[in-house]
Amino acid sequence: MLKRRTIPYALLLPGAVWLIVFFVFPLFYMGRLSLETGSIGSYEFTWNWGNYSDALDLYQTQFVRSFLYSGLATAIALLLAYPLAYAIAFKAGRWRNLLLFAVVAPFFTTYLIRTLAWVTILSDDSPVVDVMKFFGFVGENGHVLATGPAVIAGLVYNFLPFMVLPIYASLERLDVRLIEAAKDLYSNATTAFFRVTLPLSAPGVVAGTLLTFIPATGDYINAQFLGSAGNQMIGNVIQSLYLKQSDYPAAAALSFVLMAIILVIVLVYIRFAGSESLMGEEAAR
Amino acid sequence: MSAASTSARFWLWLREHAVNIVAALVVIYMLIPIAVIFVFSFNDPAGRYNFTWVGFTLEHWGNAFSIPELNDALWTSIKLALLATLISTVIGTMMALALVRHQFFGRRLTNVLIVIPMATPEVVIGASLLSFFLILGSPSLGFETLLIAHVMFCISFVVVVVRSRLIGFDRNLEEAAKDLGASSLQTFRLVTLPLIMPGIFGGAMLAFALSIDDFVISNFNSGTTVTFPLYIFGAAQRGIPVEVNVVAMILFFFTVAAMGFTTWQQRRAEKLAEVRPEQETTVAGPAGSSAATQP
Repeated sequence: MLKRRTIPYALLLPGAVWLIVFFVFPLFYMGRLSLETGSIGSYEFTWNWGNYSDALDLYQTQFVRSFLYSGLATAIALLLAYPLAYAIAFKAGRWRNLLLFAVVAPFFTTYLIRTLAWVTILSDDSPVVDVMKFFGFVGENGHVLATGPAVIAGLVYNFLPFMVLPIYASLERLDVRLIEAAKDLYSNATTAFFRVTLPLSAPGVVAGTLLTFIPATGDYINAQFLGSAGNQMIGNVIQSLYLKQSDYPAAAALSFVLMAIILVIVLVYIRFAGSESLMGEEAAR
Repeated sequence: MSAASTSARFWLWLREHAVNIVAALVVIYMLIPIAVIFVFSFNDPAGRYNFTWVGFTLEHWGNAFSIPELNDALWTSIKLALLATLISTVIGTMMALALVRHQFFGRRLTNVLIVIPMATPEVVIGASLLSFFLILGSPSLGFETLLIAHVMFCISFVVVVVRSRLIGFDRNLEEAAKDLGASSLQTFRLVTLPLIMPGIFGGAMLAFALSIDDFVISNFNSGTTVTFPLYIFGAAQRGIPVEVNVVAMILFFFTVAAMGFTTWQQRRAEKLAEVRPEQETTVAGPAGSSAATQP
């Protein structure tokens, strides 16, 4: 029996070691780096918590903007994804697989290239922008590119599949008889939707919003290509501090704050929405 | 009364179709950039920037692989993605097996260890790995550090995909194999592995897609090594050659074909797993015949 007890640990060993050495340790090292003082080449560990307050003071705007942009992008993605997931689950019939393919198709083109495609689509002389101008959607400066809404649109686009797929999965698993029962009990379609369908698809919504919100908050590609200097997000700051200015302590402090805020938001959200949602069936086991 | 029911029917009609209309618009929104990439792979741009339409040419499709830096970057990406996929799929499948099949002390902690990397923004993963490599001083940034990083972020996703496949697994099939005299190893090789293969394949596909598409984490840990996304990022500053669109479309069609193949395989495996007891000869056959070789 002893052998049987060691089997799971033997199976886990390589993966656990890899994740501990290359995920947990690096976080620890970054934590150390965030408390160091000095300039490049001569850092010293001094419990310098000042890095945190300095970083937050200097880059508060980008922090707030990151959460604002990704919050808006998540909300818009949810509004777009739910009807699509609903249509695929209940109305698509034999088109279902084709529609699912359309949802994941963007993944098959490189992230950077499809973001750059939006540069073409939103550039000043594109027909899309002409149409938007016609309907009065374009601000007084006449540009769509290099604005906040362009960055948000890019975020929505890039993370939309992450929203659609979990919602679709939970709708598809839903027992249609429950909706029929609600209607048999004289609920109208709207009530049936809000009191039966929507609550039952909540796990998908929770998973989808997290899968959209987390990467969108840390993203800097969309802000880089579709935004201007005034639309920088915290990811832009972190990568520029790390890779261009080599101000490692400040960048490490910012990364930690970003991770901490996201973890808190996720934990509160899961507490509020129920924990089964994040891990799907796993937690239910 | 009838007017009311007509209007009710109209609203019902509108509501039913409103969902479809919104869904159709969203699908168009998702496909427009792909269409743009495709169309602009035939563009004949006047300057260095391939952002406005000038004229149609097949030249760039003919010379798809004529830029050495692009080819090198693509080749680096493919090598990296294949290796990262191989390693993370093996490791991740082992972890998934442990988590689904066994009760052990530290299970919850292992689950946390697997979920947290997926809940961490890529910038943070990239930055922390860079901190780690910088402080350690070795290995020096390059292909090795990229491989370490890619395997790291792929593992969690492989575990999740393979695990979901294992949860729906009918363990009676394994019991049957053992009843028929197959050893644990034989049961695993001849019954378990073929049945969870689509899950493993799905996990591997996801790992490959994540790896070949990764920019953020790679950007932190690449040193002077250039992957396909890193090449695009560099080129974006000075004007992207049209060949990039061509290569992107080639990758696109290739992935579509690979996905078609996976779906086909999955259907086959599902059919295999759906075998009812009265037809069990088709599944028990291999296990039974190998059991015959047992002493």
